[in-house]
Amino acid sequence: MTQAAPVTKKKPVSKTTPKPMQNLEITDHQATVGKCFADNAKMTMRNVNVFYDDKQAIHDVSIDIAKNEVIAMIGPSGCGKSTFLRSLNRMNDTVDICRVEGQICMDGEDLYSPKLDVVELRARVGMVFQKPNPFPKSIYENVAYGPKIHGLADTRVDLDEIVENSLRKASLWEEVKERLHQAGTGLSGGQQQRLCIARAIAVSPEVILMDEPCSALDPIATARIEELIEELSQNFTIAIVTHSMQQAARVSHRTAYFHLGRLIEVNPTEQVFTMPEHQLTEAYITGRFG
Amino acid sequence: MTKKPMTDSSNHLDKIKKSLSRRNRAEKRFRWYGRMAVFVGLAAVMVLFTDIISKGHGAFRITYVELQVTYDQDMIGVENLTDPAQLALGDWEALSKAALRNEFGDVSGRRDKRKLYGLISSGAGYDLKDRLLANPLLLGETENVWILADDDIDTYYKSWLDGEPYAARMSAKQIQWIDELHAQGKIRLQFNSNLFTRGDSREPEQAGIRGAVMGSLLVLILTLMLSFPIGVSAAIYLEEFAPRNRWTDFIEVNINNLAAVPSIIFGLLGLAIFINFFHVPRSVPIVGGLVLTLMTLPTIIITSRAAIKSVPPSIREAAMGMGASKSQVVLHHVLPLSLPGMLTGAIIGMAQALGESAPLLMIGMVAFIVDIPAGFSDPATVLPVQIFLWADSPERAFIEKTSAAIMVLLSFLIVMNTVAVWLRKRLERRW
Ligand SMILES: Nc1ncnc2c1ncn2[C@@H]1O[C@H](COP(=O)(O)OP(=O)(O)O)[C@@H](O)[C@H]1O
Ligand SMILES: [Mg+2]
Repeated sequence: MTQAAPVTKKKPVSKTTPKPMQNLEITDHQATVGKCFADNAKMTMRNVNVFYDDKQAIHDVSIDIAKNEVIAMIGPSGCGKSTFLRSLNRMNDTVDICRVEGQICMDGEDLYSPKLDVVELRARVGMVFQKPNPFPKSIYENVAYGPKIHGLADTRVDLDEIVENSLRKASLWEEVKERLHQAGTGLSGGQQQRLCIARAIAVSPEVILMDEPCSALDPIATARIEELIEELSQNFTIAIVTHSMQQAARVSHRTAYFHLGRLIEVNPTEQVFTMPEHQLTEAYITGRFG
Repeated sequence: MTKKPMTDSSNHLDKIKKSLSRRNRAEKRFRWYGRMAVFVGLAAVMVLFTDIISKGHGAFRITYVELQVTYDQDMIGVENLTDPAQLALGDWEALSKAALRNEFGDVSGRRDKRKLYGLISSGAGYDLKDRLLANPLLLGETENVWILADDDIDTYYKSWLDGEPYAARMSAKQIQWIDELHAQGKIRLQFNSNLFTRGDSREPEQAGIRGAVMGSLLVLILTLMLSFPIGVSAAIYLEEFAPRNRWTDFIEVNINNLAAVPSIIFGLLGLAIFINFFHVPRSVPIVGGLVLTLMTLPTIIITSRAAIKSVPPSIREAAMGMGASKSQVVLHHVLPLSLPGMLTGAIIGMAQALGESAPLLMIGMVAFIVDIPAGFSDPATVLPVQIFLWADSPERAFIEKTSAAIMVLLSFLIVMNTVAVWLRKRLERRW
């Protein structure tokens, strides 16, 4: 991408922070710097490579996601954040040309083992997409869809309860309780995205993946979602891709910086934004590219 | 420094203004081309419609003659009115003939008598029989009955009412009799219910489109029942499940080719496969439906695929992200959202099939069939073929019948296309 040129040009600047192991040029065998691994890991990824046909989108990424943490993925667009996130619930399976190598485990269980049913996996790892995508059905039907297909509610009363609880957790209940049977697509953009979050948490997943969940929303709606993420982090493990560094700084505990398909640095969020270990990270957060 | 850009920009403005008027003119011209094209199209439709309506409207009314009929049992020659075998042998025409002789007492000689009996439809006797059977108390009684006139009389009387009498097939005597009847108010035009309640006939005044309409209905039902499920399943499989490879590319190209094949080829195919190989009987709605299924399948597959494609991928992703299996994604989301488009395609395909005649000629649905088909295996014809048959008939009275049948066919087509448009408008979603 366009980053390659500025990166090499900036090379002389590196004298300000001379760190021996680091180089602004990416080499093939570059290790990720920072704290990639966690003791209480929910998900572990080791040497993950993702290819689209013969084009490699993710290079040798190893990282842990700890229980109940919010981890933010940042990086220039096209660096593979979405690809990486989608390999965590095997959404990449739906792309014919996509191939995932390496090991991705949740609670020690290999997600790509042939024994694992992807339907079960997606019930355990929920996903919220960039553009709010409620089903063109009622608000109620949207939230009830997951519990219905997974058979989580035995009675109508159970289902009503799940729907209400999920909408409450997504802090949408008060706004929609009077019109549960109106179309979900009739809500505002921010409400739609919270509806999508409610839909995702209705099946009580363990991990929630969010791919730029606020990029289509206005600042006020964004703020509400960010609040929500903070609340949700008490019960769920959350991995969020964002193009907004402020958002990463506000909501996440750890931040992972991706660059051209490589995981450059993972560190506690505060550290990433104050004392990045890697010069590429620094270059990115100081706005030299991205 | 500041001056130069100023002159530059005013220069630019001049240029923009100049080009603007040129562009506006081009714009106007373009709009006029469009209007003219629309006008030509509309004019063609108007000419077609006025021609058909002006020729065909007369067929909705038909001439009746009032005669005094005596239901004389001896004349009919039937002893027991409840015995069908005897009823079939009865001389029912004797009743109407007697009524005519009674009306015009001075007729003698075989020629004149034949002309006299030619005033009314040859089927008039059977109408009287139906009347009597509906009300057996009439036996032995006398009543005034409006009896269907012969087609030549009908043609003459209508043209005479319009002020341009067409008397080519009329004798002077007949013209005189009609004058007499008219003077007494014993001849008049009535709504032609036969047109809608009867099957085809050699006698124009007795011919109706009921048989052809039923035939079309049966053929269309079969076509829809076969081509919709098959077409939709094929579209879903190709769009959602099939791998993208050379085989599916090949299939796709061939479906598109099939849509462009002239329909008569499908008729030949049907003749070779269904009739000659599988020995399905000729002229029956089964074989018609099969042939038209072959013909409409490509249309339905193509429109269904387009409808499936128009479902945004984000909906599929959402469902998949919730853990829906592939077939759940299709059944819960893709299918309901694309169904309006599929139905629109199906209706358009059905309209195409309804208007089709060439392939049906190949499989023998062009036979002369009087009985109204009641099932898929009864010999039948269809509306467009009926039109073809009538247009080919020498009797003048069939001219207006042909146009009337065209009007009926066109109204079916217009209704179907309107429903298709309405459905698309009504159920089309925005997201
Ligand atoms: N479906 C796909 N087919 C082919 N290449 C893809 C596909 N999706 C993403 N890519 C490529 O993979 C790389 C990473 O994309 P992505 O993960 O979407 O980046 P990000 O989310 O960081 O912007 C990009 O170079 C992109 O072109
Ligand atoms: Mg992305």
